[in-house]
Amino acid sequence: MNRFAELLDRLAYEPGRNNKLRLITAYFRDTPDPDRGYALAALTGALSFKHAKPGLIRDLIADRTDPVLFGLSYDYVGDLSETVALMWPRRAVNHDESLLGHPSPPPSPARGKGAQFSAALSPRTKSKAAIDTLTVPSPLAGEGQGEGYHTGGASDEQRGHNNPPPPTLSDVVTTLRTLGKTDLPKQLARWLDELDETGRWALLKLVTGAMRIGISARLAKTSAAALGDKDPHDIELIWPGLAPPYLDLFAWLEGRGDKPVNRDPAPFRPVMLAHAIEDADFASLEPADFIAEWKWDGIRVQAVAGRDERGQMQARLYSRTGEDITKSFPDLVPSLRLPGAIDGELLVLRDGRVQTFNVLQQRLNRKVVSPKLIKDFPIHLRAYDLLGDDENDLRELPFAERRAHLETFVKKLDDPRIDLSPTVTFDSWETLMAARADPSSAGAGEDAEAVEGVMLKRRDAPYLPGRPKGQWWKWKRDPHIIDAVLMYAQRGHGKRSSYYSDYTFGVWTNGEDGEQLVPVGKAYFGFTDEELLQIDRFVRRNTTEKFGPVRHVVHEPDQGLVLEVAFEGLQRSPRHKSGVAMRFPRISRLRWDKPPREADRLETLERMLKDVTAN
Amino acid sequence: MTAKHRGQSTYMSDMRPHDILLPVAAGLCCKPGGFHIDPVRPVERAVITHGHSDHARPGHGAVLATQETLDMMRLRYGDNFARSTQAIRYGEEIRLGDVTVKFHPAGHVLGSAQIAVSCKDICIVASGDYKDATDPTCAPFDVVPCDVFITEATFGLPVFRHGDAADEVKKLLASVALFPERAHLVGAYSLGKAQRVIALLREQGYDAPIYLHGAMEEITHYYQSRGVALGELRAVKGMKKADLVGTIALAPPEATSDIWTRRFPDPVTAFASGWMRVRARARQRGVELPLVISDHADWDGLTATIAATGAGEVWVTHGQEDALVHWCKSRGLAARPLDLVGYGDEEESEAVAADEADT
Repeated sequence: MNRFAELLDRLAYEPGRNNKLRLITAYFRDTPDPDRGYALAALTGALSFKHAKPGLIRDLIADRTDPVLFGLSYDYVGDLSETVALMWPRRAVNHDESLLGHPSPPPSPARGKGAQFSAALSPRTKSKAAIDTLTVPSPLAGEGQGEGYHTGGASDEQRGHNNPPPPTLSDVVTTLRTLGKTDLPKQLARWLDELDETGRWALLKLVTGAMRIGISARLAKTSAAALGDKDPHDIELIWPGLAPPYLDLFAWLEGRGDKPVNRDPAPFRPVMLAHAIEDADFASLEPADFIAEWKWDGIRVQAVAGRDERGQMQARLYSRTGEDITKSFPDLVPSLRLPGAIDGELLVLRDGRVQTFNVLQQRLNRKVVSPKLIKDFPIHLRAYDLLGDDENDLRELPFAERRAHLETFVKKLDDPRIDLSPTVTFDSWETLMAARADPSSAGAGEDAEAVEGVMLKRRDAPYLPGRPKGQWWKWKRDPHIIDAVLMYAQRGHGKRSSYYSDYTFGVWTNGEDGEQLVPVGKAYFGFTDEELLQIDRFVRRNTTEKFGPVRHVVHEPDQGLVLEVAFEGLQRSPRHKSGVAMRFPRISRLRWDKPPREADRLETLERMLKDVTAN
Repeated sequence: MTAKHRGQSTYMSDMRPHDILLPVAAGLCCKPGGFHIDPVRPVERAVITHGHSDHARPGHGAVLATQETLDMMRLRYGDNFARSTQAIRYGEEIRLGDVTVKFHPAGHVLGSAQIAVSCKDICIVASGDYKDATDPTCAPFDVVPCDVFITEATFGLPVFRHGDAADEVKKLLASVALFPERAHLVGAYSLGKAQRVIALLREQGYDAPIYLHGAMEEITHYYQSRGVALGELRAVKGMKKADLVGTIALAPPEATSDIWTRRFPDPVTAFASGWMRVRARARQRGVELPLVISDHADWDGLTATIAATGAGEVWVTHGQEDALVHWCKSRGLAARPLDLVGYGDEEESEAVAADEADT
C-alpha cells in the first residue's frame, strides 16, 4: 500500500503525460503480483467496493485528537483525507497512552537527551544543578554531531517487534470487498496505524472513492502495455475480458504467458479519430474521394451488443477512450437489440430535434440517473459507422462499404432512439463550404444548431485505431471570436512552469466604477511558441501587482494587450462575475495593433448568448 | 550558572518574566539588559539568534551573536552591517546590564542559537528558530531547562510532522534514476536548507558534482570553510544544457519557476521545505517533487521540546500560535501568543534576491 501510495502521490504532482506513463510503468515493473494488478484496477476505475462515508473518517479522528486542534488543522489543509492522514497519531509504544485525546505521544526519547531527563521532572521542581549539567556547550559544526541522537520524525516508521507490517494494496482491496459495514471503522483504524502518512492519505482517498489524480484508464493501460512493449490497442481489445488482479495480462506482458483472449460478448474497439483540416490541405484532396457528414456536437460513443455464452444479449456503451458508460444511459440499452458495434454520437433529442451540447451536458456526470432525468433529457444515438455486424468484423472494409452495412443495420433495427447520420452531398469544396456555413439549408434543417462542422471521410478508408493521417478530417464551423484584454497571467505547469502561459482576459462593461473590464474567461493555448515568448515578455514587463503565482497585468484603455479569443459556445454562468462562461476558449491572435479601449464589450457576448438560446 | 547562584540582592525579587523580556515594535526588548533580541528595526544593542534575514538585519549599533551568524551578516550586508560586533560561543555566558545571557545551539542553521536570559531567579529562553532533527551541517539542538520558553510556531499545527529527511532525499535520488535524461532542480533556501540537502545527498552516497545557482554560491562556500563537508560543487552559470543532463542543481525557491530554469533539460522541479507536507501548498507552487525537509521543528518536535524544557510558561511567536497555545493550555501550562511582527519564513525575503539573480 505504501508503494502504491507513493506512486499516487508522485502522479498527483506530475503534469507531463509521458512522465506519468514512465512512473506507472516503473511501478508495474517493480511491484509484484497481485499488488500491481489491483493498482491497475484502481487506476482504471475497475475496483468496486462500498465506499466509506466522510462521517466515518471524521468519527475516527475525533476519537483520537483534540477537536480544537483538528478544527484548526482542517481549516488549514482544506481536505479531510489529507488532514486525517497527517494528524493520525503515531502509534505510541506505551499503549496506555495511545488513546488519550491528544495527537502527540509523550516526548520521544529519540528527541534528545533533555527530553528523557525532564520527563522525570515536574515543571516547578526541577533542580538547578541538573540544569547546569544539561547545558553543556556543544562543539561547533563539524564533528561529533548527531551520534545516536534524535532523528526527527524517523520514529514514525520505527515499528516495535509486535507491530504488524503495513497492509499491501491487495490486503486492502480484498478485505474491503468482503468487510461488513460494522467492522469497517475498526479495520480502517488498524490500517491507519500501520501505514505511513502517504499510505494513510492514499488509503483514505481509496476507501472514500475520492481518488482524483488526473490519470485516465487509457493512460494506465498504455503504461501496462509499455511494460511488455505491446501496442496499447491490444490491451484495449482484450481488456473487457480481464479482471483484477490481471495475472494473465501481466504474465503476457512479461513474456511468461499467452495473450489473454477476450471472451467479452460486447467488447470495445479502439476508435478512429480525425485530423483538423487546414485551408492548405484542400489543394491536395479530391472531393470525389470523400463522403461528408455533419459533425454533431455531442459525445462520441461506441454502442456494442453481443450474445454471451448463455445466449443472452449483452449491450454496452463505451466512451471514445473505452470507458464503460452504460450505467449513465440505461434508457438506450433496450434499443441495442441486434449484435453489432455502432460508432456514433450521443445526443439529446426533444421532439425529434437535436439539442445543443449545453443541454446534453446536464445529463452527464450524474451519480443517479433518475426517471426524471431520463424523461427530460431523452437520449439518442446518431450512427455513422458500423465496426461489427453480428460475428463479422467490418473494420477492414472501406468506409463506403461499411456505410452500406450501417444503413441496412439501422433499418433492420428500426428503433426511434437510433438513426443514421445523414451524408452531406457536395461536388466541390465550395459547395461543402457553403453547406458548412449554413447547415440548416443544406440538409441539417432544424438540427443545424447541434452541427459544429462537417466530417470528411475517405471512401476507401478502413477503420483504423488512433488518428491515421489523411483518412478522416474534421472541418469545424468558424468559431466565435471576440477581442478581449489580458488582465491576469499565471505560470503554466511542467515545461511551461517558467512561462506565464495561463491568461485571464476581460471585456468592457459599464460597472459601478464606470467603464471597467470584467473577466470573461481563461485560456492557455492557441498561441504559437513564438507568441508565448512574446506574451511572457509582455507580462513580465507590465506587471502591476503579484498575488502568489498570479500576475496582475496592466489593462487600461490605452495600455495593455488585446487578445483575439476564439471559442465554441457560450453559456450563462452564475459562478462567473460576468454571468457568462465560454466553451473551449483559446487565443487565436495577438492584437498588438489594437488599443484595449477598442476591445469588445460584455453586451456583445450577451447578444451572442441570446442568439444561441433563442434558436 | 543561573542568576540565583550569583547571590544578588533581592530588591527585584518580585520581578516577573515580562519585566525581563517584552515584545515591542522593534522586537523582543530586554530592558534590564539594555538590548533587543532579533530586532526588526535598527537598535542600539542587538542580540541575534541566527543569520536568516528576518532575524539578522543590518543597521544596529552593537551586535552580539555567534561567529557564524556575524560572518553570515557580513556576507549578506557587507563589512559595515553594524557599528561593532562581539562573538559569543555556545555555552558562553555574558553579563549585560542586570541580566546574564547564554547561547545554546538551536539546530536550525549553522551558528543558530537559543538565547537564555537570566535575571535573579528567572530564566527565559528565546529559542529563535529551532529544530530538533538531525542536521549534519550544524550543531544539534540542546534542550535548555527554563521557566519561560519562547518558541516559534512556524509548523505549529499537528498536521506538520516531518519524516526522516533521509527518506526525502532517497525520493529525489529515485527520481534521478527514473529520469536520467532530465535535470533535477531543487528549490531550497540559500542559507541552511541548501547545504543540508547537499550534505544529506552525500550521506546517501551521491558523489556526483552538485550544481548551484549563483545566489547560493557564496554562503555555501562559507559553510565549506567552516568544515562542513559538501563534496564537489559547481556553478550552473556557464554550463551548457547538454551538460546538465542527469544532474541535481540547487536554487533559491523563486528561481525554480523562472526564466533561469530554461537552461536545464526538461527539469523536474523539486522543493525542499516543511511546507511541502501539505499538498495544496506544493501544488500551488507548481512543484513536481515535493521534499519534506524542514529547518524548523515539526509539531511533535515543538511539543516535545516545550515539555522537555520544563517551562511552566510558554510564549509562542511567528507561525500558528493558536494551536500551540491551545496545546500548552491543555497541558496545564501558562501560554500566550507574542505579538511580534516581521518574522516568517525566509521565503518572502528570498523572492527578491532570486529575481535579481540573473534574469
